[in-house]
Amino acid sequence: MSKFEFPPSIRSRPVYGTLEARPGKGHLMIADGEGAEAILAIATPELMAHAHIIYIPRGSDFTERLRALTPAQFYEGPSYAASVQRIRRVLQGAHMGLQVYLAGTEGLMGQAQNEAMQAGIPHTAIQTEHRGSVARRMQCVHCKGITEDVETDPFVCSHCGLNLFVRDHYSRRLAAYQGVCIDAEDPGNIPEPKGIYE
Amino acid sequence: MTIQFNDETFRDDYSFHNSDWAIKRFPFPFHEDSYMYAVNMEQHRGGPEGSVYEKRFDVDEHYVSEMRDRAMVLADDPLRCQSLGHMTLAGWDLLELIMVSKSEDYPDLFELHRDGNTWRWINKPLGIDDTFTFLDETTLPYGPMEYITRQAQGDFCLLDQRDGNLWMDAGMVTTQADWSLDFDIGMNFFEWHAPVPLAHEMGIFQRALKFLLNIQQGAPARRLNWTMTVNPLLDTSPENYHKWGIQKTTLTPDNIGAKQHLRVELQTFFRLPRSNGLVFPIRCYLCSFQDLMTMPKWGRRLHRVVRDLPDELATYKGFIDNRPMILDYLSQFDDGKPTSPGVWPDAETEPPLAR
Repeated sequence: MSKFEFPPSIRSRPVYGTLEARPGKGHLMIADGEGAEAILAIATPELMAHAHIIYIPRGSDFTERLRALTPAQFYEGPSYAASVQRIRRVLQGAHMGLQVYLAGTEGLMGQAQNEAMQAGIPHTAIQTEHRGSVARRMQCVHCKGITEDVETDPFVCSHCGLNLFVRDHYSRRLAAYQGVCIDAEDPGNIPEPKGIYE
Repeated sequence: MTIQFNDETFRDDYSFHNSDWAIKRFPFPFHEDSYMYAVNMEQHRGGPEGSVYEKRFDVDEHYVSEMRDRAMVLADDPLRCQSLGHMTLAGWDLLELIMVSKSEDYPDLFELHRDGNTWRWINKPLGIDDTFTFLDETTLPYGPMEYITRQAQGDFCLLDQRDGNLWMDAGMVTTQADWSLDFDIGMNFFEWHAPVPLAHEMGIFQRALKFLLNIQQGAPARRLNWTMTVNPLLDTSPENYHKWGIQKTTLTPDNIGAKQHLRVELQTFFRLPRSNGLVFPIRCYLCSFQDLMTMPKWGRRLHRVVRDLPDELATYKGFIDNRPMILDYLSQFDDGKPTSPGVWPDAETEPPLAR
């Protein structure tokens, strides 16, 4: 088990719940890494008979256990970027009554939620459960580049190289937190990076 | 009166300046000697003659130069103006509201001639004379929101109303107090205000939202907000913060009167007729400390407000590091005398500064 209790924060910061099986005509489950455990926790033969699992292992080895659930469809992707076309296609063909379940890292859940919203599913109807890494997907407000899997605050923008501090302000549309230059008023004065929740 | 438009800059050499007329009508935001958040909404139904509250969309001596600055910001960063797909109709609503208001309120500067859906718009200060078809985007050089807000001072947020909330789904934002439209677009009222300290706990946003959801056509509302800016820089965006943030460190006791500016936002709220959206114009007025100090009442009051402001607010407004120097300066203009109630300078009746 790997559940992390996020500290209370501001209103734009997403809040994650615990997945529960809900009645539906179909069940789209998208997870990465230890998010597999959240699916395993709710899987029943009835649910799996109409489930499509899209799983990105990211170095963990839950694939065989998920496959053993014998979902109606199972796909293992090497990365989110490689899987996103498939996610879009599945959402495009979705019917009323589809349940969407997202589990794993914030980056995975945020991006998949965004795809579901663009397909017309309100974000409040999408279930999420955080598992695994607490790293964040960050947008540099200056160059607009996205840096994936940011674990420290501050961090270096992987696009423009500015030293950015990690805000809790979050955009669902970008599926990213905001990073802002930390030494703008005192160039070169960059605190030692710490874990985001340390 | 005919407005003499300044030729001035809001960057580089900062030649921005306020005339005596502009100082006298500056929307000083403090009605008493202290400040705390409040919803502080009132009807936007005109105001004293010559004041910034008199017209629906105030036009002042900075108009032409502000529009030039906006064009420069947009050339550098087109993401400052965005509109989600469902907001085009609200953009037409806004275009109509501004064209009708300005042509009625400033007939010597703006003309609107309507023949069915064929509209001719004349903007004399900017030298524009365009004929287009209302509700047909192909007949304008930009989308309707961008077209008209390239010709109107202040930032503009177009808010969609649904699910009992307001959604920031379009905007023209180039003169903002450090928030990013590109990041906040698509957020609801509580989400885009999320970084504001204290006010959530005070219930400010719940009450404000309730008020705004019920704004009716023809009954706009307004309020003031304020912050501080070093140099008369309109584009205090987060996008460019890594470039302008350093300017905060250039204050000295000798230059603070000229460099430190009180930045006041006149925020207005209008219901839009076709889309049932709201437009939220945020008009920025800047005034240097030394110009503010020409009004004895404002000098006394600004010192007391800044001195007693909670640290959270001074931090959020970005001047906590400079507050000691600001107070050293402002204290020279506070002789301890009482101030009259209300925001007006009362220059004729307030006592001169006792040294």
